[in-house]
Amino acid sequence: MPQLPGRRCVSPLVSLTGASASLGTQEVLSGVDLRIDRGEIVTIVGPNGSGKSTLMRVIIGAVPLRQGRLEHAPGLRIGYVPQKLHIDPTLPMTVRRFLSLPRRVSDAAATEALTHAGGAGLAGRQMSDLSGGQFQRVLLARALLNRPDLLILDEATQGLDQPGSAAFYRLIEQLRTELGCGVLMVSHELHVVMAASDRVICLNHHVCCEGAPEHVASAPEYRALFGTGTQGALALYRHQHDHHHDEGCSHGDHDHAHDHDHDAEAPTTHSHEAR
Amino acid sequence: MLDDFLVRAALAGLGVALAAGPLGCLVVWRRMAYFGDATAHAAMLGVALALAFDVSIFAGVLVVSMLMATLVSTLSGRGFAMDTLLGVLAHSAIAFGLVAVSFLSGVRIDLMAYLFGDILAVSKGDLAIIWGGAVLVLALLAWRWQALLTATLNPDLAQASGLDPRREQLVLTVALALVVAVAIKVVGSLLIAALMIIPAATARPLARTPEGMALTAAGIGALSALGGLQGSLWFDTPTGPSMVCIAALLFLVTLLLDGLRRGLAQRRSGRASG
Repeated sequence: MPQLPGRRCVSPLVSLTGASASLGTQEVLSGVDLRIDRGEIVTIVGPNGSGKSTLMRVIIGAVPLRQGRLEHAPGLRIGYVPQKLHIDPTLPMTVRRFLSLPRRVSDAAATEALTHAGGAGLAGRQMSDLSGGQFQRVLLARALLNRPDLLILDEATQGLDQPGSAAFYRLIEQLRTELGCGVLMVSHELHVVMAASDRVICLNHHVCCEGAPEHVASAPEYRALFGTGTQGALALYRHQHDHHHDEGCSHGDHDHAHDHDHDAEAPTTHSHEAR
Repeated sequence: MLDDFLVRAALAGLGVALAAGPLGCLVVWRRMAYFGDATAHAAMLGVALALAFDVSIFAGVLVVSMLMATLVSTLSGRGFAMDTLLGVLAHSAIAFGLVAVSFLSGVRIDLMAYLFGDILAVSKGDLAIIWGGAVLVLALLAWRWQALLTATLNPDLAQASGLDPRREQLVLTVALALVVAVAIKVVGSLLIAALMIIPAATARPLARTPEGMALTAAGIGALSALGGLQGSLWFDTPTGPSMVCIAALLFLVTLLLDGLRRGLAQRRSGRASG
């Protein structure tokens, strides 16, 4: 399991070791190892039904593990943005009231969180009247009010158009920098999501491959799942990435070798986890 | 004052309505209307058992309702189709209850009183139980309100905030059984669910927040209880069903008013743009 340099000694926000979980009689996850550190953006990609959402739900504690171990950092605060939040039409709910769940927050805090998430001025609206993009921003604002150590976004850009979701991911990146929280995302939109990630985990019931976005995109396991058609999207990604972030250049082609070096270098973490 | 049977009836109706309104909102939001029905219908079985074992009706109904509510919420997590399951359980419970009552040869009971309530026969002791139960339910809901709302919106959202949605489900189950147990004397096994669902549905278009809807539902329930009692005196009709009728009429009125309001708003915006 490759880790980013310099983060090894810090205890992870969340770690999963040999995690297996079932829904009904079907095993959805088997032998998943995962670790998320403060300040990194980790994205999980995988085909439909590959267990991505279940993995999210395992991490928040909604699905029990059949095997393996889940560890949260002590006092971990999670901000969770679910894949879909259906609010029953019989339930009246203003944005302001929604932000006060489950903990009541002051008007000032609510306004600040809304502004932060790009949803300023929505406080008085009914949740049912919001557009898809506004709804996602309100969900994000609510997650931020918990001052999360870890932000979990499950297909957060569903229903947004491409510029909308690109803007949303830029916002996430910005929040990560401002709050210093870890971010764990699931997405279908490979190229957009990969551009915004430090680390990508390709999941198909088990971890197929993981590492820096470019490493994963060139991995045979990833291509087997998504085909080589995504290379075009990645070209776009590379372009955008170079454009926005200078540090992208320093990784570049070395990622592959780098990860393997790192695997070899880091026996301490592995033996520790095995115990 | 409590010596007047009408005053006792009014207070009994108020107590049940005030607790049933807010609880009914949660039942409606969680799409559990049938769940309330099944629990209420199980009350008939509770009556039969209470008579057979010579314990208080309140205790018998409370225990059986609790069992029924727990059974339903356990089974619902196991992939049964909810509407079918509740249809089976609700009607079986009432049928078994009625059959069980017929076996009790020694007792002569007025079945109608348990099916449709007998609010005019409420004693001071009943009143104490009704208000005790109602206050308990309201306290329980007030205490767990934030958690209940979060879990109602989305169980995973609650889980991620460190709440246990199953615990909130249990809170709701207990509250439901309590309301059924205190309401059986007032509106009877068949109409308890109506006193929860109809005021909540009536309050919906009048409210902008969950709390607003819960308070409005309690108010509408209280209005229905008092109105039904008054109506039953004027027209010499059964009291429990009269209360439900008033609630249904209020529902109709708010529905029409809301439709009118929406129509006007649409016309206004149409005129503004056109």
